[in-house]
Amino acid sequence: MTATAPTPEFAPRVRRGAIAQSVMDSLVVARRNLIRMIRIPEMVIFGLIQPIMFVVLFTYVFGGSIKVGATISPQAYREFLMAGIFAQTVTFATAGAGAGIADDMHKGLIDRFRSLPMARGAVLTGRTIADLVQTTLTLVVLAGVALIVGWRTHENIGKVLLGFLLLLLLGYAFSWIGALIGLIVRTPEAATSGGLIWLFPLTFISNAFVDANQMPTFLRHIAEWNPFSATVQACRELFGNLPPGFVTPEAWPMRHPILASVLWSVVILLVFRTLAVRKYRSATA
Amino acid sequence: MPGAIYAEGLVKTFGDVRALDGVDLDVPEGTVLGLLGPNGAGKTTAVRVLTTLLRPDSGQAVVAGIDVLKNPNEVRRSIGLSGQFAAVDEYLTGRENLRMVGQLYQMSARDAKKRAGQLLERFHLADAADRTAKTYSGGMRRRLDLAAALVVSPPVMFMDEPTTGLDPRNRQQLWEVIQDLVAGGTTLLLTTQYLEEADHLAHDICVIDHGKVIARGTSDQLKARTGGERVEVVVHRGHQIESARSVLAAYGTGEIAVTAHTRKLTVPVTGGARLLAEVIRDLDGRGVEIDDIGLRRPTLDDVFISLTGHAAEQAKNGEAGQTEAGPTEAGAAGADRDQKEGER
Repeated sequence: MTATAPTPEFAPRVRRGAIAQSVMDSLVVARRNLIRMIRIPEMVIFGLIQPIMFVVLFTYVFGGSIKVGATISPQAYREFLMAGIFAQTVTFATAGAGAGIADDMHKGLIDRFRSLPMARGAVLTGRTIADLVQTTLTLVVLAGVALIVGWRTHENIGKVLLGFLLLLLLGYAFSWIGALIGLIVRTPEAATSGGLIWLFPLTFISNAFVDANQMPTFLRHIAEWNPFSATVQACRELFGNLPPGFVTPEAWPMRHPILASVLWSVVILLVFRTLAVRKYRSATA
Repeated sequence: MPGAIYAEGLVKTFGDVRALDGVDLDVPEGTVLGLLGPNGAGKTTAVRVLTTLLRPDSGQAVVAGIDVLKNPNEVRRSIGLSGQFAAVDEYLTGRENLRMVGQLYQMSARDAKKRAGQLLERFHLADAADRTAKTYSGGMRRRLDLAAALVVSPPVMFMDEPTTGLDPRNRQQLWEVIQDLVAGGTTLLLTTQYLEEADHLAHDICVIDHGKVIARGTSDQLKARTGGERVEVVVHRGHQIESARSVLAAYGTGEIAVTAHTRKLTVPVTGGARLLAEVIRDLDGRGVEIDDIGLRRPTLDDVFISLTGHAAEQAKNGEAGQTEAGPTEAGAAGADRDQKEGER
């Protein structure tokens, strides 16, 4: 090996603007996470199996027996169900982000990143961007499966796409919750379960799988104000999937679901991004 | 003028543990400081503070002329860190890992690519450049990790136990890389629990225990502090240990340490080679068969034991400060390790 004196040619470059640097660094990290995703395809595939199973099971097992709106009909439930499953699927990105960040902590990569002159939030932003890409792919496949089992939309394409945008925004906001969990728990195993457990009550005490109007009053209030329900309700409206005879609840988020969905997602995003970036700065593996 | 790495009064507590308890360091430009100590002594904490990963409770630090606490991001441009774990992404190829780090050092994509190619050549990873790091051996991963720390040819390098867990051949290779770096003018702070490594690589050594620097100086200075030579004898049969002990008692200036299972006796002496000849004649006269005999100078091991009252090895098992090894046991542990070194 030959001695190499420090070569000025490879000194760090002059600083870019703070925002430009932040964007560049985030993209570099996102690229890295996407390469990982391609090299570990089983993670993407397992991420798909669960929602597909839910689509099939709920459609065929529960489909004929759950009353939504004023009807008990397999077709009405099928259409009602899909917004709920789409929304649940995007929130499961939380577990992926959490496990990924915890893994990086565990392997010492976070230390490496923190010792580099890079934008502070970029490691987390890069991770959540990659998760957003994965969520998008998952949604596309899932929508395909939903179409196969008989799901249909009854609104124009613009509204349908807006519905999917709301879903992606919700998923992106939730992946920041996952990032925070990943920084706190430190092992990928704990991050996976820690990222999932609370999602079950959150997504089940909601309007995702049943018509919340038929819940006991106490649960119904929780379901109507559940941030998750706003997105589900918004998607049902935008997809034209509200069941015949559906009575829109009085609660404000159910009356204005699109606005409520955006507000909830933005609030979650801002709060958890702030907390996660702060935690990252002081993170010690 | 303060050196390339300078720290004064660093204190960091975790709960009740004072991981750093007033550490001062000064590493002149272009030299290597070996930070030597058992696990839990505070070595890693010191490195984490100096590399901006951890804020100290008090004290100050200047690296490459930049205040670590005031301008951490400026410091990050001037340092390379190679940690205890090979911090590489195992699902990326060697080349992709280095390109990513280059880009995060704010190089252009083109420069980062070019630099990655150079480093892969230099660290003998060119053949494996396009395989994922997952397929690399432990030694290759360490080399890749070190290459990542060198992407911008930083003037100041930190290496936290760079050779822990490596086999002797890989350790030797890494030592060569480190010596090259220093020859190129890099200032290096290296932590290690291998006394031999500090002896081999470092210009100056700081011995650290329980968060405090308990000794500093060159390897020779530290050894001189511990003083005299010792005679070591390995007898052929176990039952001869007692006769050998009575012979050595006449020559020794201190307590005789015995390791029964290796049949080794160690005794501090004065008088050098002439004395050794007498000892051999005397042992022979008593019919003690000897497998090995020699005059040993103090090793850093001995320094460590005399400074801390316990062997580095024992502290490694998490017993530091609880079970203080008695002089005989400590001497035996030190002697044991000498033998291992002799075998290498």
